[in-house]
Amino acid sequence: MELIVPILAAAVRSGTPILYATLGGIVTEKSGVMNLGIEGVMLVGALTGFAVTYHSHSPWLGLAAAFVVGAALCAIHALLCITLGVNQVVSGLALTMFGTGVSSLVGRGLVGETIEGLRAFPVPGLSRIPLLGPVLFRQDAMVYLSFALVFLIWFFLLHTRPGLKLRAVGESPLAAAAAGISVPAVRWSATLFGGGLAALGGAYLSVVNSHMWVEQMTSGRGWIAVALIIFGIWHPLRSALGAYLFGGVGALQLRIQAGGTSIPAPLLLMLPYVLTIVVLTAISVRKGKGILLGAPAALGQPFHREERE
Amino acid sequence: MALRVEKRFDVPRWMDWGLPLISFALALAVGALLLGLLGVSPLKAYGEMIRGSLGDGYGISETIVKAIPIALCGLAVALAFTMVVWNIGAEGQLVAGALAATAAVRFFPLESPFLMIPLMVLVAAAAGGLWAAFAGWLKARWSVNEIITTLMMNYIAILGLEYFVYGPWRDPMSLGFPLTPTFHDAARLPQLFGTRVHYGLFLALLVAFLLRTALRWSRWGYEIRVIGQNPRAAAYAGMATSHHIVLTLFLSGAIAGLAGMGEVAGLQGRLQPGFSVGYGFTAIIVAWLARLNPFAILVVSFFMGALLVGGDTLQVVMRLPLSSVQVLQGLILFFVLAGEFFRNYKVCLRRREDA
Repeated sequence: MELIVPILAAAVRSGTPILYATLGGIVTEKSGVMNLGIEGVMLVGALTGFAVTYHSHSPWLGLAAAFVVGAALCAIHALLCITLGVNQVVSGLALTMFGTGVSSLVGRGLVGETIEGLRAFPVPGLSRIPLLGPVLFRQDAMVYLSFALVFLIWFFLLHTRPGLKLRAVGESPLAAAAAGISVPAVRWSATLFGGGLAALGGAYLSVVNSHMWVEQMTSGRGWIAVALIIFGIWHPLRSALGAYLFGGVGALQLRIQAGGTSIPAPLLLMLPYVLTIVVLTAISVRKGKGILLGAPAALGQPFHREERE
Repeated sequence: MALRVEKRFDVPRWMDWGLPLISFALALAVGALLLGLLGVSPLKAYGEMIRGSLGDGYGISETIVKAIPIALCGLAVALAFTMVVWNIGAEGQLVAGALAATAAVRFFPLESPFLMIPLMVLVAAAAGGLWAAFAGWLKARWSVNEIITTLMMNYIAILGLEYFVYGPWRDPMSLGFPLTPTFHDAARLPQLFGTRVHYGLFLALLVAFLLRTALRWSRWGYEIRVIGQNPRAAAYAGMATSHHIVLTLFLSGAIAGLAGMGEVAGLQGRLQPGFSVGYGFTAIIVAWLARLNPFAILVVSFFMGALLVGGDTLQVVMRLPLSSVQVLQGLILFFVLAGEFFRNYKVCLRRREDA
């Protein structure tokens, strides 16, 4: 028990950035827009969060700024994919290249600096529950916010009218448009919101976890998030489990390294990437082609009206 | 007055070369704005980039050196993209090829270059091919998303490279640096006219020619184009889509693997980490700019090579990080994509007739 609790607590902490990005990705993809730019957006979010916190000494301001900048960055993707209807895969890849480049270029002066980040905030009462308390309720406020978001997004998507509209746009944009829903407006909002969450996930890394800015510090977490969307079959609750699984692997990896081991570091670092392939394959084997049932039917397809004015 | 958007039925010919040029120019303009915001003179920066990459014979030869792996990787991903299979893993396949070539030198050092080099070509192509075909097999068998698997395999290949150069393959004489011993002479690709341009150049030209011919004139090329443009029609026509996915990804990865072999055997003469500065990703831009046309890929690779050499110059002369090139690359791709809209649609200003 004494051994497992710190590992589980660390799993939640290191799963949280992936969770934010995954939740954002689910909202975006449910509206029919694929965003492969998450990795780049996370990096820009990590830098923005760090830089604003560094100058303002307020982690909350940093996190808020990250959300705004992440959403703004995804406006490029929205403009290209939704308004101009270009290829979403390539636009997302361009976003990742741009975000990776811009964050290293702009952030080069901040490498090596540290900030006073967000502190842990044990929830009174709840943190005393055995096992669950230390794992879930002796974390920081951003972790609690992510718990809330998992349920809010689940509720929004599956039990509210706007959520239904969003899913309709992702399943059948033509039918949605015929029903009077503005397909571009819904997709734009979903893309910007998803981008904001991805950036928040990135900012969690720099503002809460490490209190530092390091070039390419997301090291593929954005891509793991893209995989977790599929793993969770576009469902927020399942994807949250996936995010914590990966958090756990990350935590375990650090622990093994710190404990001194004969396993060479590069092989240990491969673990999350190998696991991503394994997990994705496992879910595809189990669901067969049926995995596509969870996928929004119009995912990745631009929506054109024949004549636009 | 209103803006009207109409579908274009025939694309004006000038757009084939005009749109990429305009995209390139607009990307440079926005890049200039960004540099200006960072307090760097864009004119000076671009001036240095052009001087460094195209200003003299040495610059041009270095541009070609960089263009070789970019062209091979560009051809590799273009082949997969033709079938609308997203091979984002050229970087990893390139590394796999380099690892295999190094392994050949380490375990089968042959004395004759006429045996050694073909052996390296063969194992590098096989390694890159298998690295990609694994993702293809997962996709064909269980429809596992290839974007993610090929991408994850980049990370795995690069960490594998680190494992070998920091571990079992490290040169004991390297004073702790992560390098393999230098290859023996028979395992070095010859270089041209005293520059660093190596025989990988001919490999790239040959692959471009073969690919163009095969895609245009062979049954195989026809089938993968149909699968790309209309998978359902392909299925009705009885084309073996699964089979094509695995085979095409194998060939795609094999070409990227050749790029890796060229880098270690033609350029570095040994294996070390960081020998590829994201050629596999640059390749995606190249393939898209060239609209997947193999010959156009050769031309575009030259310009991307110039951009990278220019980036190196920026690093030395103006102390700007190499990431500034990545920013430009992202911008170029954004504008190329936007250009595609204008290729497909006509925007005209017109008085509203029915209002």
